[in-house]
Amino acid sequence: MLKDITIGQYFPGDSIVHKLDPRIKIIIIGLFIASLFLIDSFLPYIFIVLFIGTVIKVAKLPLKFILKGIKPLVFIIMITLAINIFMTKGEVLFYIGPLTVSKEGLYTAAFMALRLIFLITGTSLLTLTTSPIALTDGIEKLLNPFKRLGLPAHELAMMMTIALRFIPTLLEETDKIMKAQMARGADFESGNILNRAKNLIPLLVPLFINAFRRADELATAMEARCYRGGENRTRLNELRLKKTDIVVMTSMIIYFALIVSTRYIDL
Amino acid sequence: MNDEVMIRLENVSYEYKSYVDDSIQTAVNDVSLEIKKGEFLCILGHNGSGKSTMAKMMNGLLFPTSGQVTVMGINTRDEDKIWDIRSKAGMVFQNPDNQIVATIVEEDVAFGPENLGLPPGEIRRRVDEALEIVEMSEYKKHAPHLLSGGQKQRVAIAGILAMNPDCIIFDEPTAMLDPNGRIEVMGTIKKLNEVEGKTIVLITHYMEETVDADRIIVMNKGEIALQGTPREVFSQVDKVKGLGLDVPQVTELVYELRKEGINIKYDVLSVEELVDIL
Repeated sequence: MLKDITIGQYFPGDSIVHKLDPRIKIIIIGLFIASLFLIDSFLPYIFIVLFIGTVIKVAKLPLKFILKGIKPLVFIIMITLAINIFMTKGEVLFYIGPLTVSKEGLYTAAFMALRLIFLITGTSLLTLTTSPIALTDGIEKLLNPFKRLGLPAHELAMMMTIALRFIPTLLEETDKIMKAQMARGADFESGNILNRAKNLIPLLVPLFINAFRRADELATAMEARCYRGGENRTRLNELRLKKTDIVVMTSMIIYFALIVSTRYIDL
Repeated sequence: MNDEVMIRLENVSYEYKSYVDDSIQTAVNDVSLEIKKGEFLCILGHNGSGKSTMAKMMNGLLFPTSGQVTVMGINTRDEDKIWDIRSKAGMVFQNPDNQIVATIVEEDVAFGPENLGLPPGEIRRRVDEALEIVEMSEYKKHAPHLLSGGQKQRVAIAGILAMNPDCIIFDEPTAMLDPNGRIEVMGTIKKLNEVEGKTIVLITHYMEETVDADRIIVMNKGEIALQGTPREVFSQVDKVKGLGLDVPQVTELVYELRKEGINIKYDVLSVEELVDIL
């Protein structure tokens, strides 16, 4: 049952999108999000769709994967729709009970819902085409300049790597403990919320104790392998900007600048 | 094997405070020991005999309360050289899950050399070589949690090998493995000693694993209780059993046969040997 959880699911491949430097990808997604929030009319959405479509096509991502990413957020999208439809004042079109539906309401609701959908798909493109290791590497390198301000960039990246490494191990362990407790009559699936939460205690206590023990052992093993923080550390796969990275980066900056500039042009 | 000393323990003791009643407990009591370069040494003992503590003192993870530990002439108390010691005397632990850091096999093997600050080309070379030695090359892009216990432990060994140590200390490396995994890992350890010429310190409580060692040390209550070649140690069946350990099945059988008055030589270690004699 716990095996279904996939965090930051990665879809392996070796397209140009996959091979792009993770730093560039993170920056592009940043630009994407920024421009998404700066757009103030429907028309520039065409370019956003074009961007998402091109990435999906080039990276050969199955559409099913993308749609799966939207599914858990349908509820939030519905709420956004409802709030915007009923809360925006303007030219009244019709009434539903005490609620009014205005023309402007429908307009903003559609606009916001689309923004949300693009936001989710756009960011999932990043995790789908970048392996967790490349992603943490990219984050570490991007945060490096802030080290001087006291930001522990290396430590943050190392924590993320270890967390990702131990997710499957701890899930497996949870499964094992659950089965062991169930064999001794524990019940995790019935009763009201309060009872269920109470029943989780015999699961969580051993899980936490084991996690602390693991952390202790891992720290000893890391020390035995000469780990002493980020200083003087080199990497097996160093990140190096290639020509394609720079070309893609520059064209993306121009592309998103154009999208944002539609804000200032009367179409 | 030559006469160069790899690790030397001089009158080493280790004391710690008990969690329960603040009393001082002695884990290791005045042990002196020399491990020669290229030697395959086994340290045997039941739980609480001080064998793991001794191992952790050999690469500066713990410091002796009194006495000196030197690795290739460097005192483990020398803080400036602690990383030299740890890269020369690598250590493999019991639980393979808790010593793998990265989410991809080759990234994990690279962890040690990355910490040593080697150039990427050199790291790549060492990673490939280490994975080749432990015969895990075909899994280098795999996720560690999908491997079997024996495979994971071999990845952990590769991670140590990639630091290019002269000596590897194994702290009960097979205790959490199934019989197949145990055979895999023991095979790798023997190979490291015989083919790669690494000094091996193997800490274990499985007697069968010590048969191929050059020397066995049996620990009891923090002291060396018995010492010698496997044949010398196992021939003293009564004494070994008195220390709470089992001798290999074959040796036990010979012992029982001799007790019944069948006259065969006492220091038999393998089934084949016994079959030949009988």
